[in-house]
Amino acid sequence: MTQPAINPPDSAPWGAQALYVFTGIGAFVAFLMSALTQDPLFRFSSLIFLTAFLLAAGVMTVGIANGRFRYDPNRYEDGVIRAGVIATLFWAIAGLAAGALIAAQLAWPRLFYFPEAGWLNFGRLRPLHTSGVIFAFGGNALIATSFWVVQRTCKARLFGGILPWFVFWGYQLFLVLAATGYLAGITQSREYAEPEWYVDLWLTIVWVAYLLVFLGTLWKRKEPHIYVANWFYLAFIVTIAVLHLVNNAALPVGLLNHRSYSAYAGVQDALVQWWYGHNAVGFFLTAGFLGMMYYFVPKRVERPVYSYRLSIVHFWSLIFIYIWAGPHHLHYTALPQWAQTLGATFSIMLWMPSWGGMINGLMTLSGAWDKLRTDAVVRMMVVALAFYGMSTFEGPLMSIREVNALSHYTDWTIGHVHSGALGWVGFISFAAVYCMVPWLWKKKGLWSDRLVEWHFWIATTGILLYIAAMWVSGIMEGLMWREYTPQGFLANSFVETVSAKHIENVIRLVGGLMYLSGAAIMSYNIWRTIRMPSAQTLAAPTAPVLIAAE
Amino acid sequence: MWKKHKLLERNSLLLVLGIVIVVSIGGLIEISPLFYLESTIEKVQGMRPYTPLELAGRDVYIREGCYLCHSQMIRPLRDEAERYGHYSLAAESMYDHPFQWGSKRTGPDLARVGGKYSDSWHKDHLVDPRAVVPESVMPPYRFLAEKNLDTRDIQAKLAALTRVGVPYTQADIDNAQADLRAQADPFDMGGGALKKRYGAKVAQRDFDGDPERLTEMDALIAYLQMLGTLVDFKTYQAQDPENQR
Repeated sequence: MTQPAINPPDSAPWGAQALYVFTGIGAFVAFLMSALTQDPLFRFSSLIFLTAFLLAAGVMTVGIANGRFRYDPNRYEDGVIRAGVIATLFWAIAGLAAGALIAAQLAWPRLFYFPEAGWLNFGRLRPLHTSGVIFAFGGNALIATSFWVVQRTCKARLFGGILPWFVFWGYQLFLVLAATGYLAGITQSREYAEPEWYVDLWLTIVWVAYLLVFLGTLWKRKEPHIYVANWFYLAFIVTIAVLHLVNNAALPVGLLNHRSYSAYAGVQDALVQWWYGHNAVGFFLTAGFLGMMYYFVPKRVERPVYSYRLSIVHFWSLIFIYIWAGPHHLHYTALPQWAQTLGATFSIMLWMPSWGGMINGLMTLSGAWDKLRTDAVVRMMVVALAFYGMSTFEGPLMSIREVNALSHYTDWTIGHVHSGALGWVGFISFAAVYCMVPWLWKKKGLWSDRLVEWHFWIATTGILLYIAAMWVSGIMEGLMWREYTPQGFLANSFVETVSAKHIENVIRLVGGLMYLSGAAIMSYNIWRTIRMPSAQTLAAPTAPVLIAAE
Repeated sequence: MWKKHKLLERNSLLLVLGIVIVVSIGGLIEISPLFYLESTIEKVQGMRPYTPLELAGRDVYIREGCYLCHSQMIRPLRDEAERYGHYSLAAESMYDHPFQWGSKRTGPDLARVGGKYSDSWHKDHLVDPRAVVPESVMPPYRFLAEKNLDTRDIQAKLAALTRVGVPYTQADIDNAQADLRAQADPFDMGGGALKKRYGAKVAQRDFDGDPERLTEMDALIAYLQMLGTLVDFKTYQAQDPENQR
């Protein structure tokens, strides 16, 4: 512990004071930025910075005056996790709704485009949707669960006093800057890394603080071993930092200009970007959520992890092999073919460590399979693992050169991403939130288990509709593009392949809306759960409520 | 052997170090050679940096997220070559910071769209895509024709690109404003300075049908009309050993 165990009654901890000064300086810098720049888009972002820092400074003034920042170092820091759970659900709804809107635009462009509102065009909303679900919904779920897991498996309070709160709010500020920036047209055009240089710098600060909180908590642990879930969380945090720094290397046009130009060009830039892009999948959407899986599945079914050796083997092989797989996004492009082949080879090898994780998760249910019938949350976890297994089989398949020649540039890729994102990432996060909420708010259980059933069945059907529609439309358009008439002419103009997909686009929208409804049902259920009277019977948080499932 | 893993499980810094080493290998082996291999850094005849107006148009293209639905990378497959033209060369995106290869074709590939349609087709299509192509799902971009192009930072943009490796000369940077306006002005009085700097093939005309104003539509159409036109594939010999490196 770096903080004094007991603070003098009238002074805030030094960490809170330092953060207070930081928000003041931040507000001043943001004020200067907005006053001095000639670039309207940069001023727009600066004003968001300014508002955020002023709000934070105001809240901290009141908080410090009322002695709000003192804490008991012997208790778990759960407040920030409660905030994280609420943020997770908020962003889930926002990100999924943005997805439904752009799906509607592709299904009925005459109804859902507004010529006078360019900021609602597909090109502006699509990054809002992808970042909204990956970084906002997924990121908040990862941060919240990692804070829960690392405390419980280390039997230690989160490191850094107020630092976890800085991570939480700093990350929300990153998300707001990114989201408003997309709508305003601020983008680097790097898929899944669209935010411009100053937002990237802000995220770097927040991410270093996150790593520090996580590592600091590991250093304080009262268990000799670092639990397997934490390996995955650590690999996620460290590798995302590396990917973020390398991929976003860019030169700003000016210190008061929103625009920057990538440090790399053309083919080098393409490979750096897809090295990043695929490992955003590998380390954000896979390693992080495997960390979640390794804690919440054993906990919920009350069984130990199936195989300790399998977790070691698949952890190291997964993170080693994933990094190589990026070039499969660039088959048949101007990237040298040896790199394409290398990427495809490692993508196929990746199948095995991926299924290692799936098997380790599924087999953890040995002796507890009956819970599938009685507990919808367990069912959600198992379906998440099944989708993980399905999409990590589909991925290697699509990375084969000949398959990729057909699937690349088509809706098949979109379907593949969504079976992973909706099935695996979404369901394992929902299940983790369903587990944590009664623990966090000290309730006996959820308000309604029936609503969990409704959520599960509506969302599962929605996913199936979505991916089936994308398989059909993707393979169809791929085949139509390469179809020849007997005379040897191309059979279809491009726009014929667009209009042929109309029905699938509508089915996709229906599937997405069902998934969104599931999330809305969940939010209602969680809200009612939080408002239930607390159960007094639960153990006090000082005692280790949970035991590591090693 | 399994016992030894304890070392990593008990020491968080060793674990971090292990992770960093293991995840660095693949990237280093795949990415670093691309900065040295001749096939990825060769220069093909005809390639030149973007003119200031094309660059401004490219920034509009990026801002509107066009890359999310349009690729700029033609693969060496029979149907693509017939639909879009000669497969894309690495050299053709050598001045692209960042690259615009894209990953999805909700709309057609644009790597060689330059010169395939008239300026007025592009304008009509961008203003209301379904007026020209009824089945299109593309968003409307009428506001581009109404918005004056903000040219204030064009010099700074060229200067920034020079620092990441695009060979603009000091004269290019100093005259960026003048060149930008000259390209959209069919009655340019600059004495052909633009073409002297960027080559005789540079298209110089009013692109959006509104000669009174310099709009974002001018810039975007100027960019679209030059895409894929720099390398002359009538004279480019793919089988030439020089191009087989």
